[in-house]
Amino acid sequence: MLTVNHLIFLSAILFSIGAVGVLVRRNPLIMFMSIELMLNAVNLAFVAFARYLQNLDGQVFVFLILTVAAAEVAVGLAIIVALFRQRETIDVDEASILKG
Amino acid sequence: MPDAQTLWLISPELVLAIFGLAILLFAIIWRERVYGALAWVALVGLALALAAAVNLWGAHARLFAGMYAVDMFALFFKIVAPIAGILVVLISMDYLRERTRYRGEFFVLLTFAILAMMMMASSANLLMIFLSIEFLSYMSYLLTGFLREDRKSNEAAIKYLLYGAITSAVMLYGLSLLYGISGSLNLGDVALTFSKSADTSVQTLALVATALVLAGLGFKISLVPFHQWAPDAYEGAPTPVTAFLSVGPKAVGFAVLLRFTLTTLPGLPEFANYWTPLLVIISIATMTLGNLVALRQTNVKRLLAYSSIAQAGYMLIGLVAVNLGGSSPFSGLNGVLIYLFAYLFTNLGAFVCVIAIENATGIVEIPEYAGLVKRAPLVAALFIVFFLSLAGIPPTAGFVGKFFVFGAALREGFLVLAAIGVLNSVISVFYYFGVVRAAFFLEPKDTSPIRVAPLVTLSLVVTAAMVLLIAVYPEPLFNLAAWSMAMLK
Repeated sequence: MLTVNHLIFLSAILFSIGAVGVLVRRNPLIMFMSIELMLNAVNLAFVAFARYLQNLDGQVFVFLILTVAAAEVAVGLAIIVALFRQRETIDVDEASILKG
Repeated sequence: MPDAQTLWLISPELVLAIFGLAILLFAIIWRERVYGALAWVALVGLALALAAAVNLWGAHARLFAGMYAVDMFALFFKIVAPIAGILVVLISMDYLRERTRYRGEFFVLLTFAILAMMMMASSANLLMIFLSIEFLSYMSYLLTGFLREDRKSNEAAIKYLLYGAITSAVMLYGLSLLYGISGSLNLGDVALTFSKSADTSVQTLALVATALVLAGLGFKISLVPFHQWAPDAYEGAPTPVTAFLSVGPKAVGFAVLLRFTLTTLPGLPEFANYWTPLLVIISIATMTLGNLVALRQTNVKRLLAYSSIAQAGYMLIGLVAVNLGGSSPFSGLNGVLIYLFAYLFTNLGAFVCVIAIENATGIVEIPEYAGLVKRAPLVAALFIVFFLSLAGIPPTAGFVGKFFVFGAALREGFLVLAAIGVLNSVISVFYYFGVVRAAFFLEPKDTSPIRVAPLVTLSLVVTAAMVLLIAVYPEPLFNLAAWSMAMLK
């Protein structure tokens, strides 16, 4: 029987995979995919909780996360395209004029 | 269809939404012909929004099924937000004319960013908090990368975006846990669940969840260890945007943090045991790291970036020492509000000085400020005023803010924290006066006078006047802060 615990555990694993992906990969496109994975882990948690609590708020939240994530990618890709036009590479290690 | 009363209560937001869309439409239809005028349209919109917010003063309502709080605490930030917007528009006109062809779109993004700030201040629901924070973030990313042909601007935007996306995912995970614990997205209901539940596993999970939320808010406020984006984003962004980022998102980030902490967490019995030490450590780390790294900076925008990180640390002291009971004038919360208001004018003023010089000469490196007093006496003199205020030395607004924040810490017995705060203020004097030293005591290579544009001069005079006015006549600000916190008691 699949309980809310299994789903939350799966969501935690997915979130961790996404977090590690962001930290170790250096291509912004892959980093974006990893961030999407983190967001989808959150979506899974929301849906699981919504089902467990018999409450629709969590499902509404998921729709808005999906929409916002799409907007985020639009903004992100616009910036990446601008960056690529400047220097013909998008590797974030190459983006180092500003010393952080 | 919302009724007239509801529309009236969200009139500041409606004004900004209408003006933002109108500017966008004008910019698309008439393009270059109207770019010069669009800044003035934005100014009118922001002034109207400010008037609408002032007009609503005293309102106390929950709109849209309790998601949206229109109370005096929110209105305090709805007054702060358009003021910041107006000053940023004033200083960005001349700056943009020389650097980009797409001036109109800038004011669209800025107007919407101010709208997002207002929505953040009113959020009383986890969903609203998430949506408004993301709204403000996207506007900020786009403004940071606005100079598309400039490599630094692009690089700053991508770094800001990646940091922001990661921290917002972390915060969302925290929000999902809070929802799972309480079964509601409403801050009030979440608090109620916390106070009812005696289950220790719920308490532990709640602590983890709130810590994750703190990561997202800490990013907006640039608290250590979520501050790494700030220096790069501040240096690379167009300078008026840097000025905006250093005050706008930080102020409303505090608004959300205060509302979230003060409504949700008192229900947690473990609140004081875990949260207070955590916030104390973050506060100390933020001020100390900000100030120590600022000592080594030679670029004035980076210097102000680290300085604004340190300022967030001082403000956090007010939250640590918050005590809403009793009638003491040092409630901590009013300290944060007064500090934020003083900081708004002080930090914007410092950036106006930077822009005045940068517009005319392109100089942003501190050694090149040598002999500034002979080239631009007004700017050099006002640099001293703003730096005195940032360091918290009387008779300036910054002193009033620090007085109330440190006073609250002393009242609540955080002696070490207050001492570290004062010590940090002393350290900060060194780097602020490094700039002043260059401007006043070094010989200039080039002695040609620097011409400051009229609008920039106007913003300089207004910000400097406010910094001094708050110091000599602070009563209205005290009352403003006292009324705004009334609703959180």
